[in-house]
Amino acid sequence: MTQALQIDNLRKTYANGFEALKGISLRVEQGDFFALLGPNGAGKSTTLGIVSSLVNPTAGEVKIFGYDLAQQVTEAKLQLGVVPQEFNFNAFEKVEDILITQAGYYGLKRAEAKARSEVYLKKLGLWDKREQPARRLSGGMKRRLMIARALVHQPKLLILDEPTAGVDIELRRSMWEFLCELNAQGTTIILTTHYLEEAESLCRNIAIIDQGEIIENTSMKRLLAQLNTETFLLDLNQELTQLPNLPDYRASLIDPHCLQVEVAKQQGLNELFAQLSQQGVQVVSMRNKANRLEELFVSLVEKNLQSGGRVA
Amino acid sequence: MNTSLIWTAFTTILVKEIRRFTRIWVQTLLPPAITMTLYFIIFGNLIGSRIGEMGGFGYMEYIAPGLIMMSVITNSYGNVVSSFFGTKFQHHIEELLVAPVPNWVILAGFVAGGVARGLAVGLIVTLLSLFFTSLQVQHLGITVTTVLLTAILFSLGGFINAIYANSFDDISIVPTFILTPLTYLGGVFYSISLLPGFWHLVSQFNPILYMVNSFRYGLLGVSDIHIGFAFAMILGCIVILASYALHLLKIGKGIRN
Repeated sequence: MTQALQIDNLRKTYANGFEALKGISLRVEQGDFFALLGPNGAGKSTTLGIVSSLVNPTAGEVKIFGYDLAQQVTEAKLQLGVVPQEFNFNAFEKVEDILITQAGYYGLKRAEAKARSEVYLKKLGLWDKREQPARRLSGGMKRRLMIARALVHQPKLLILDEPTAGVDIELRRSMWEFLCELNAQGTTIILTTHYLEEAESLCRNIAIIDQGEIIENTSMKRLLAQLNTETFLLDLNQELTQLPNLPDYRASLIDPHCLQVEVAKQQGLNELFAQLSQQGVQVVSMRNKANRLEELFVSLVEKNLQSGGRVA
Repeated sequence: MNTSLIWTAFTTILVKEIRRFTRIWVQTLLPPAITMTLYFIIFGNLIGSRIGEMGGFGYMEYIAPGLIMMSVITNSYGNVVSSFFGTKFQHHIEELLVAPVPNWVILAGFVAGGVARGLAVGLIVTLLSLFFTSLQVQHLGITVTTVLLTAILFSLGGFINAIYANSFDDISIVPTFILTPLTYLGGVFYSISLLPGFWHLVSQFNPILYMVNSFRYGLLGVSDIHIGFAFAMILGCIVILASYALHLLKIGKGIRN
């Protein structure tokens, strides 16, 4: 089956000599919900910029649903919808006009563009705001406007660059639901985010990019299975003045009521709780210190840094 | 992209541009109307009545075509330079770049927007001039073609200026320091036959002279220069500027990394 996105040996060197991409290759299958993660300046935005035709590549090939972005520009672009990180609409235009204009750029006649705009503005809860200039919308509404705009020509591949940045948790969750629904209907989604729990809960496959190279590209399940150690925070019902005796675990007291313990995959939690019970330490609740994907992400990026960018 | 899709994309840009300058008509359509009315009153009525005839016509009648062209030139240029730079500055150029709109359609759309404003203002100034003088069109085809080609040429100029501009200062430098002097020295207010030999020769390097004279020929039937040469000059400039603008779009100058 044709891949939704195929990137081969993509390179980008900026005019100042900075090599942002060092020949990355990537495949995203049709129908996937794919996470592209990486620290700031890793090359994510450059990659997405090239796929979106906002950045000229130095070398390499990009195909969107089999259409070569350099040779079959129109066909390739028709498959793609882009939600950028920064607001990039005309703030003085009316909400509805922004969608109708964008639809026009994709060749949709005004009547059809108007009908589609209504559909997506309603879906994203912006129909009541259609007559307002975009500058009067709240931050969350502006994000939703950009999603509606990216969908108005009904692309098969949707790229979202930090779609929930600065969005409150309630709105973020409703956006997650909307994106899952969209993905279930067949739209392939590529997501970049700094909220790693978002990537973990939404995405099935993942690539991590660092220093212009792909350092991990696998399924989310396989990646999380690589996690050897998890760090837990245990909330205690009594005040501890000294650390309990836990010889098999690395533990420390965060404060008199909170114990931090690193648990290896093969150790499990039963033995830890048994040892704590024996010493009369009662645990009220427990939580992960960091999101599992976050722990892996940090360890992979650190490993790549230590090896001078050679962990591919 | 088939013809229907290209046409829809083009008209979308054009409609957006027309909507933009009509939405802010107080900034775009009203000022040239006021400025030109003042020109007609001061240069045409008050001073012109003391100057007498020029080129066989009353002074007011003689300068009217030049003032109309001056409005067309500054407004075509001003519309595209400010609109395209604003599009770039606010990043909504990205809406066009991600979409399957060929570069030549982007250029044609913005140029058509500039032409639309140039013609709209030209029409307003023409109607205003009728309060001060009577205009008889001697050669309709030449009049319309000249004004259209001039608006296209200066819209292209505005587009190229906007591509290179990095700040709002950059979009006012060319109109202030190049366009305005060339327009004033392009035979709007006088016939170049009045100039001494050297300055007469220098004036012939001013492209605006050819546009003003073509238009004056269309309306009054008199010109300081040969009309065929004037058209060749305007068309040549259009081809050069359009090719250069397309080249800049292709390499992504100022709009793509």
